[in-house]
Formats: sequence, C-alpha cells, structure tokens
Amino acid sequence: MNITQGHWWRSDRGGQWLITVIAVVTVMVPVLNLVVPEDSVFHLSTYAVSLLGKYLCYALLALAVDLIWGYAGILSLGHGAFFALGGYAIGMYMMRQIGERGVYGNADLPDFMVFLNWSELPWYWLGFDNFSFALLMVLVAPAILAFVFGWLAFRSRVTGVYFSIISQALTYALMLAFFRNDMGFGGNNGLTDFKDLLGYSLQLDSTKNALFVCSGLALIGGYILCRYVVSSKLGRVLVSIRDAESRTRFVGYRVEHYKLFVFVLSAMLAGIAGALYVPQVGIINPGEFSPINSIEIIIWVAVGGRGYLFGAVIGAVLVNYGKTYFTGAFPEIWLFFLGGLFVVSTLFLPQGVVGLVKKRTIKRQGDGHAKKEALPETDGHTSSKEVSS
Amino acid sequence: MKRDSDKLSPFTSRSWLKKAGMAAGVAALTLSASIAQAADTIKVGVLHSLSGTMAISETTLKDTVLMLIEDQNKKGGLLGKQLEPVVVDPASNWPLFAEKTKELLGKEKVDVIFGCWTSVSRKSALPVLEEMNGLLFYPVQYEGEESSKNVFYTGAAPNQQAIPAVDYLMEEVGVKRWVLAGTDYVYPRTTNKILESYLKGKGVAAEDIMISYTPFGHSDWQTIVSDVKKFGSAGKKTAVVSTINGDANVPFYKELANQGVSAEDIPVVAFSVGEEELSGFDTTPLVGHLAAWNYFMSADAEANDDFITQWHTFIKDEDRVTNDPMEATYIGFKMWAKAVEKAGTTEVDKVRPAMYGITVDNLTGGTAKMLPNHHLTKPVLIGEIQEDGQFETVWQTESEVPGDAWTDFLPESAKLISDWQDPKIMCGNYNTETKTCSGQNY
Amino acid sequence: MSGSLRALFVSFLALFIFSSSLSVNSFAQELGFSEHIARLAKSKLREKAELIDLIAETKDPRVPDLFEDLLDGDLYYIKKTGQIVAIEKVESGYQASDVLSLKSLGVVGKRSVKKIGVNNALRRQLRSYIATFNLSSDEANVRLEAAKALLKAPEASFLPILDTALVAEADADVRSAMVIARSAILLASDDAEQRLVAVNGLRGATDKKVMTLLEQLLLEDGAGNSAEPDERVRQAAEEVLSSLHTQARVYKVMEDLFFGISLGSVLLLAAIGLAITFGVMGVINMAHGEMIMLGAYTTYVVQLLMPNNIGLSLVVAVPAAFLVSGLFGVIIERSVIRFLYGRPLETLLATFGISLMLQQLVRSVFTPLNRSVITPEWMSGSWEVNGMLSLTYNRLYIIFFALAVLFLLIQLLKRTFFGLQMRAVTQNRAMASSMGIRTGWVDAMTFGLGSGVAGIAGVALSQLTNVGPNMGQAYIIDSFMVVVFGGVGNLLGTFVGAMSLGIVNKFAEPMIGAVLAKILILVFVILFIQRRPRGLFALKGRFVED
Repeated sequence: MNITQGHWWRSDRGGQWLITVIAVVTVMVPVLNLVVPEDSVFHLSTYAVSLLGKYLCYALLALAVDLIWGYAGILSLGHGAFFALGGYAIGMYMMRQIGERGVYGNADLPDFMVFLNWSELPWYWLGFDNFSFALLMVLVAPAILAFVFGWLAFRSRVTGVYFSIISQALTYALMLAFFRNDMGFGGNNGLTDFKDLLGYSLQLDSTKNALFVCSGLALIGGYILCRYVVSSKLGRVLVSIRDAESRTRFVGYRVEHYKLFVFVLSAMLAGIAGALYVPQVGIINPGEFSPINSIEIIIWVAVGGRGYLFGAVIGAVLVNYGKTYFTGAFPEIWLFFLGGLFVVSTLFLPQGVVGLVKKRTIKRQGDGHAKKEALPETDGHTSSKEVSS
Repeated sequence: MKRDSDKLSPFTSRSWLKKAGMAAGVAALTLSASIAQAADTIKVGVLHSLSGTMAISETTLKDTVLMLIEDQNKKGGLLGKQLEPVVVDPASNWPLFAEKTKELLGKEKVDVIFGCWTSVSRKSALPVLEEMNGLLFYPVQYEGEESSKNVFYTGAAPNQQAIPAVDYLMEEVGVKRWVLAGTDYVYPRTTNKILESYLKGKGVAAEDIMISYTPFGHSDWQTIVSDVKKFGSAGKKTAVVSTINGDANVPFYKELANQGVSAEDIPVVAFSVGEEELSGFDTTPLVGHLAAWNYFMSADAEANDDFITQWHTFIKDEDRVTNDPMEATYIGFKMWAKAVEKAGTTEVDKVRPAMYGITVDNLTGGTAKMLPNHHLTKPVLIGEIQEDGQFETVWQTESEVPGDAWTDFLPESAKLISDWQDPKIMCGNYNTETKTCSGQNY
Repeated sequence: MSGSLRALFVSFLALFIFSSSLSVNSFAQELGFSEHIARLAKSKLREKAELIDLIAETKDPRVPDLFEDLLDGDLYYIKKTGQIVAIEKVESGYQASDVLSLKSLGVVGKRSVKKIGVNNALRRQLRSYIATFNLSSDEANVRLEAAKALLKAPEASFLPILDTALVAEADADVRSAMVIARSAILLASDDAEQRLVAVNGLRGATDKKVMTLLEQLLLEDGAGNSAEPDERVRQAAEEVLSSLHTQARVYKVMEDLFFGISLGSVLLLAAIGLAITFGVMGVINMAHGEMIMLGAYTTYVVQLLMPNNIGLSLVVAVPAAFLVSGLFGVIIERSVIRFLYGRPLETLLATFGISLMLQQLVRSVFTPLNRSVITPEWMSGSWEVNGMLSLTYNRLYIIFFALAVLFLLIQLLKRTFFGLQMRAVTQNRAMASSMGIRTGWVDAMTFGLGSGVAGIAGVALSQLTNVGPNMGQAYIIDSFMVVVFGGVGNLLGTFVGAMSLGIVNKFAEPMIGAVLAKILILVFVILFIQRRPRGLFALKGRFVED
C-alpha cells in the first residue's frame, strides 16, 4: 500500500471508468429525453429517466454502505434509516410547499393533519418552509442519529454481529415510531402528493431531468469523496481497524473516533441519497425504514463487490435493474430469481461482480501484485463459541 | 484500489474519447428501446401485489381481473378488439406502485388500470395517474377524503360501511359502549375519527368510547382483549368496532375466543374481515361476530350464483370464496366496458364522462350507479360469521346508499363536495363555503 | 341414550312446572308445534324470536334437540318443499332428518337446502332456554354450566325453574352458582328488600359478570341520579363492588404476569432454534423465520391428512415439523452454508436469498392466502381459575411446551455424545477434525437441529397466529433481539432474555400502548447492548475477542 496522496485518483481505474460512465449518462439521458424527438428510436421515455434517477440514488446509498462495510468493517443493517431520514427532511419541505393547494385548502397544515384534526403544526415541522433549512436537515438529522448511535456503540466496543443486530433494532424501532400517526409524519401513508420543488413543478420533464442530473452529480461527488477518504491516511487506519481492530487499538489509534467519523459521514451520504430519491419517486413513508430494505442495501454491495466503492455502485444498479425486470417479466415467480441470485453470488462470486472481472484481468495479465488487497480477511468473530447453559 | 495502471494516464484524450463513446452507446442501446406498439389490442393494466405482505389479499383480485378479461374476450372483446392483460408486481412496496404505474402508462401504454389495495399504494400511484392522465379502478373500501379525476372508487366510502354498521349496533343491538380498535394507519384513524364524532353527536359520552391502536401484524392480543373485557363489564352493552388490518385479525379473534368473549356478550363488527380472511382460520369460535360489507358470498341473487360458478371454473378450485373487493372489481370492470362501448373509444378523456350515471347490476340483486364524485351507490349489509366461514346477512339497508367522498363528520371535510360532471364545479374538492375548488384542481 | 332421554323427560317436566297453562289440549299442541316449526323457514329474525318463545311454550319433548340444532346452525329447510330438517355433515354431503318425525331422509345435496339463520339475540335466547333444560341434568357439570349461563342473561321468567332446581340441588358448587344466578335475577326486582337480599347474596362471588350487574345497578343518569333508588341497597352494592374491585386489581397483576410469561415463551420458542444456528454455529440465519413457517405449514398438511383426528394432529405435527424443517436445514447447510464457514456475514446474504425463495415456494404451492389451522378442542378455551382470572389453554400449553423444548435441548447439548461433538466442532473445528470427528456431518446435524426446533416452534405458533408465507418475517427480528440480548451461544441466556423481554413488554403495554411498548423494548435492548456488549450472559475467554 504505497500510494501517496498525490496520485490516489490516478490509480483507481475502475473508478475512472465508473465516473466516466456516470458522467456520460448524466449528460446523455436529459439529451435523449428532452432533445431527441419522441418518435425517434433514440428517445428516452420520462419513465426511464425517473427509473435511472432512482438507481443512481440507490447507488449513492450503496456507496455509503460500502464506505463503512468495505473499509471499516462496520456492517450496518440499519442504513435505510439514514436514507429515510434524509427523505423525510426533503419530503417535509415539499409538504410545506404545497401550501394551500392541498385538498382542504389549508395553508397552515398538511392534509393528513387536517383530517385527523390537528390544531397546529408540531414544533419539529417549523423551519421546513425554508429550503436551506431542509437541506441542512437532510445532512444534520442522519448525522445526529449516526453520531449518537455510533458514539454509544463504538465507545462500548459493540462490534461485528452485535452491532449489526442493534442497528437493525434501531431502524425497526424508527419504522414503528414513524408508523404511529401521533408522530405527525403522516403514519403509514407517509408524505405524498408533492407539487413542486423550489417552485418547479415535479411533473415537468425538465424538473425530472434536473433531479436526475443532480443525482448523477451527487453520485460522482460522493464517489470522489469516498475515494479520497479511503485513500487518505485515515482510510488506511480504517482498513487496519477492519482487519484487526484490537491490534490497531493497541498501536495507539483511537479506534472509536475513526469509526465514528466514517459512520457519520456515511450516514450523511445516505441522507443525501434519500433526499434525491424522494422527489423522484414522489413518496416517502415508514416502509423505507423496514429492516428488509437495509438488508437489501448490503446485498447490492455484496453482489457488486465489497471494498471497491465502484463495486457497490455496479451492484446497486444491477440488482435493481434485475428487480425492475423480473417484477415485470415474471411477476409470479420473480422472488425465485432474486433469491437465487443472492445465493449464487455469495457462493460463486465471493468478491462480487467486480471480483470476477478482476480475476479475469489478473489471469490475462499475469499480474502478480494486483491480488486481493482490498478484501477483508474475516468479517466477524462469532464463529467460535462455547455452548454453555 | 487497483494500482497496476500507474504508467497509463487515463486522462489522455484517446482513452477519454473511447470510454465516453462506449458509455454513450451502451446507454443509448439499453435505455431507449421504448418503441411504440401497434394498437391492435386494448391493454388492461393489473397493478396488484403478488409478493410481500399484501399478496395475500391482492392476488385474488389479479385473478378476478384476468377472469373478467377472459370472459369479455370470449364475448368478442371490446370495440372489436381483444383485451390484453398486462400484469406487474409492485411487491407490496409503496414507491414501487408509482414506478409500476409509470411503467404501465408510459411504457406499456395501457388504457386502464385495475389495482391497488391499501390507501398508501393508491396515494403513491395517484400523482403519476394525474400527471399521465391514466385511469385507475380502485376496488377496496377506504377512508374517503379523496376524489381524483383519474380514479374511480368502486369500494365503500365510510358512509357505506362504518356508519350503517354503527347504526345497526346502536338501534338493533342496543349498544351503549364502544371500543374502536384498529391498526395504526390512516384508514382506521380516519374511520375512528369519523365514528367518534358521529357517536358523540348521537349522545355517547366520551368515557363510553375506548380507542386502541396496534402496530401492523400485531400478534399478541392478550392485554388488549383483556382490556376490552374489562371495559365491557361496566354494565352497558358493549361492542367492538374493528378496523384491524389483515394479518393481525387471526390472532385477535383467536384470543377473543380463548378468553371467552363471545359475540353474544361483546360483538365485534369488522370492516376488513371478509370471506377470504375467514378462509384462513377456524371460524367455529367466531360464530356471531359481525362484519359490514356491500357484498357477501352468501347473497341470494342469480348474478351472484353465476359469478361464483364462473370464479370456481376459472380458478379450478371449488373451495375458493368470493368477497367484497372482488365484487367491486367486477362492478368496476363492467362499468368500464360499458363506458368504452358508449364512448366508442378507450381514450381516458372520453371514457370518463361516459362513466357518470352508468349502471351495472351488482351481485346482491340491486344496481350500482357511478356518481359524478367517482363513487358508487351500494347496499350495506351486516352479516354474522357462520361456522362455515360464510356470513349470514342479519340486516341490510333498504336501498343503495350513495358513496360520499368527503365525510360530513369531520369539520374540514364537511365543507367539501366532489362533482366531476357539473360544469360549474368540475373538481374533486369544491368548498361549499368559499364556492371554490380548494387548493389545486386535479 | 336412555340417560339423555331421561334428561329430556325431566326437562320436559320442568317446563310443565313453570308453565301456568297446564290444561292445553295435547292434539292442539302438536298442531301448534309443527305449525310454528314450519314457519321458522321463511320468517324474519324478529319473528323467529317470537316463534322460539311459542315453540318453547309447547313443551314438546323434541324442543331441546331442536333448539340445540338451531343454535349450532344445523337446522335447514329443503328449498323446494319447505320441510324443516336437521343436518349432519358427512363426507358425501348432508345427512338430513325430519325434525317432526325424527326420520332420516338420507343424504341431500348442499344446494337443495338452506340454513335457518339465527343472530346473536336469538342465540342468547336459545342458550337461556337450553340452560333451563340443563338445570335438571343428571350431571353436576352440566348443571353448573347451566347456572353460569343463566347468570349471563338473568331473566325474571327463569326464577321459578331456578327455585325448583335449587330445592333439588345437592352439589354445593352448583348450589352456590345457582344462588348467585338467582340473586342476579332478583337484582332487577321491584321490591327493595328483595334487591337488598340479592346484593347480599352476591357477596363473596368472584366474578366479572357480578361486577357488571352491580355497576349496572349503580349507573347514574345524566342528572347524577343512581338507577337504584334505595339508599341501603346502594350502600350494600358499593361495598360488595369495592371488594370486588380490590380482588380484580390483584388478579389483574397476576394476569399481566401470565401474559408476560406467555409472550416470553413465544419469544423463547421462536428464538431457540436461532440460538443454535446463529448462537452456536455463528450463521446469521435470515431463513430462520421460514423454518418456523415450514413447521406451521407442516401442521396444516398433517391436519389435512388426518381430518378426523384433529385432537391428535398436533401431537403428530411436532415430530413431523421437526423432520421437515430439519431436513430443509440439512439441505441448506450441505448445499450452501458449508461453503461459507468463517464468513458469517456472507451467510446473512445467502440465507436471505434462501428465505425469499422459501417464501415464494410456499406461495406457489399453497397460494398466498393464509391457511386455516384448526385449534383442537383441548387447546381451545380457558381454564377458569375463578370468575376473575382465566388462563387460556393454548397459552398455558405453549408455556409448558417451550420449557420442555428448552430442557430437552440443554440435555441434548450437555449430556449426549452428539452434544459433545457439536460443542467440540464449534469451539475448534480443526482440532475436532483431527480427533476424528466428522465435522461436516456434525455441522449438518447441528444446523438441522436448529432448523428442526424452529419447525417445532412453527407448530406452536400456528395455534396463535396466521399461517401464511410471511409469517416467518414477523418473528425474525424479535428472535435476533432475544438471542443477542441473552448472549450469543447461551441457551439459558436465550431463556432469560425471552422471559424478561416478554414480561417487561406486557407490563408496559397497558400503560403506554402496544406500539410504544414495542419501541421501548427495542430501545432498551439497544441501550443494554451498550452496557453489556456481549449480552446478558457473556461468554468469557480469549477466543471471544478477535
């Protein structure tokens, strides 16, 4: 690992490919959708634009997870919570933007509060009329939650599977809480019926394309940020924490500080992904907190290849494209395919799709020193346990 | 993290060009294959979850639509064209309902969609339907408070289910004390708000109403059933009005039975328990508990016998039951077919005006009429659960009740009416006080 | 047969006694009886109520059976002729017999007859009549039930027959139940003295129904006037009521405790299989819930195979479910998991995939609808400790069942050779292997054991909740919570964890509601893990770290 700050970027060939592709897609998609006439074979439907935008948001989310899982060995089964919080923050802003265009024509309260007889806006909705405040909350809300949770967990050295399970408990508890109508977030229905964002109608193709471009840029920015972090000295400390946490601690590093930093960073990235996702799909509800969703993120990363960053992006797009395709093509039995895909990829592609490609390349080039240095040796340490009772 | 490429700078113009070109090619190939299809069939979208938590209820409706399409095709289709079903699986995932609606309208170019079960799935699909001017037939009883130009609501509004049920209990059974038990989501919340205000208006004191909410899929009902028993032992006739959702019902009724709460002591009237839910459990201990619907499989009508026979033939299983949302799907489908014939086209903007006033025989021996507020006229039936999992109708309204989109028992909602036919109104939320359509026009 | 005939005769007599019209012509009565019955077919529910009274007044010996049939929904009429028949369901269709001539008519088609419907009000009426018939039964149990039934619907018209029965009654328990029922009826008397006697007669009755009646007596109208005009009666009633309330509070705590233990045992059952596959083997087994589901479906299939022996079906289902889920477990272990040892987080992904596939499998085979698993007679109802506290049988059995499973499992791990091998392999695979243990076989068996135990849990859960493709999902998170809270790799920890979470939940629920109670539990577990990162019963030793 003799890379220095200077050429951390140059060495990342996969990343270059990825960013190039994303950049091209980010430019081409709006062109194909807006400029190319509708009857042309090259015209891209607006449906496809939103769909691709959704994939990009998922990719950013997967990137956030790979940052902590692939490089710091923190397997969070609750990352969907940060994603959803970011989504709720922007959703609340868009709810406020509806103003008196709601069905009851009440400018002070969102519709769901009107018919459930709320008399005034709860305090935590204040400020969400303001876009900058909402944007700030997109980052701050996940960050605070991640900070508190991470601080508690890392300080008391909750690691491995234990961390995974309590992070799952966290998102599960949040899901139950947001399902409660008394919480004032619209209960099971969540927040819907958005009209516009910054004054631009969400129904306009141009707004959709703009959101798409933002997602593309966010993904590129997120990728560069993550790459920068993992290539820095900090990144190397993280890898050493991943591979031998106790040893790193004994060497004198404050392991929990490093973990906390990267965990909060990852949560903020997830929040941004959520904030871009919600205006594109048009709804945010507690289902996003569901533990299953968080497990799925892990699966995207695993299918793509853990610990490469670009692997996570590839995995997210691949699995979600598969889902879109299967649910349309084999609506009755698609779960067999999806489930099978997960089993097969863990068995035969332990390093994901990227690992497969790398192996090929290595074979062809006979390149000895490109062996799997980014790969973790062990994940958890629970396999050896005594049964006592 | 590969560093075997240090020699080759990626930023030489050649490699950039190559990469960009390839990427663009890939993008263009994979993404813009949406070629318009020749319209020699009429496409009918089916948007029901086939996996996930809602599959249990929605799969049946998918089969119902397929059966109706098959039947229509046997009769020669519509406008001389065959109907072609397009089935997708939104997998009980709410944002996916919006996405699949986009797929059905944008990619598949369907002419009409039959789908959704939960309110949140409808709310998710709604903006897409309105944006792309689609047409959805929504076949499930719901909380009301909505009337979109692009949705026809063929299930019951609260005034076609909840309020008549409470009237029955109050007048015929003499109930004085009420437990409103529901799953904590919007339908029970709204229904209970409406009922609370209705009951109070009828002079029921606040301490005679107990409201309890439980999470989705709640399975441990010991405490709540025991509370209900306690509440019911205060000397007044007590009934439970249950808006408990799907899966939580089985453990709820089992606990009721085991704790010895019989229908004769404390009857439970449910709004989400139909024949299909009952087929999932042993109903012996539930005999006498009630449900309020607009259709029961036991309905004594010729149309119903035919429908049941058709269903059994289609599904190849004599034991399958029929239920209220199936009837709502049936009515919706028949109405749409009639409106298409009337309009002579499947174009949404022409079919919609043709829908108003259209009548179709329902399966209980009456007729359903589509109102300008996109809701139906429906009879209300109260049934008692029998040992064989069927309902015995013990009471029913004398005539069909017109569906009311905006309930009269919530202050903000009482002001609103919906009329998509009257040229002076032409919106789903006309405020009778300000004489305007509040908020946006759909 | 002769016993029941005698009982009929006695009840017939009893009907005669309380009736004042002794001199009615029997021929006219027969005519009335058949006429009333014929009218049952097409009359409305309200008319039926009058008809039932009229039929009861005929005091015909066929009345008790007729009422039983009507109550059970076995009374039909033939659509064409309007003939009233009693139906017995047999495999080939409906076995009908005429209710007047009592002659069998053979099997009739399901569509040719229609049921004579009753509603709750009619059922209550019928039950009361049947109770009066039963008051003169030969069996003390039946008489006791009849007396309790009369307490539920105290009507003045039953007073004479109750008095008659009371005179003849020898059994002390039945006597006191009859006295309570009699007092309950007298509460509605016009005579204040009578009411006072009645209230005093209810002293010492531990019953919720009595509480209800007294509350009713003391109900106040809008102006604050009590329904009871007499001051003495009011005072006595309040006294009795307040002692009843004190008792009720004590029993409420006991009931909550029972609920908590019961929820705890459900959690224990759900988690105990996971305590093996996850706790002992380190496989993050996301398909655990589906193993429970397979067990529940096995119960359903077993009941399909033996429809005439539902009572026995559960006993058969337990080993069957163990085998089915266990077999699936072994297959999963051999085909997938064994390649993933040492990579526990990858087992999460693979087993998650497997869980999706298993869900789809049952959805394809059994349809997505919930399946109806019948609760056998011996699991239904509740054990009435007294009128205040009753413990439901299904919960009681499940508590004992969970404890038995736990006990057996601990014995298996501690005292058998297989248990020894299992512990050896999980502690040090290489060493165990070099000592000649077939580690592959032990792995497969261990995973099979954990899955099989999950299957057994499915049998128990099928008695409490839905049996459907998603049922496993409902338990997976709770199961992980319990195992982690108790301490991974420790069965006793799982037990303590499950019980404490169950009890805390049930005591919190009445105070803050079901949803918040659940959230509270989750937050509690999260915070607890911060304090004790390895759970309640942490393993000690070098191998725990790294």
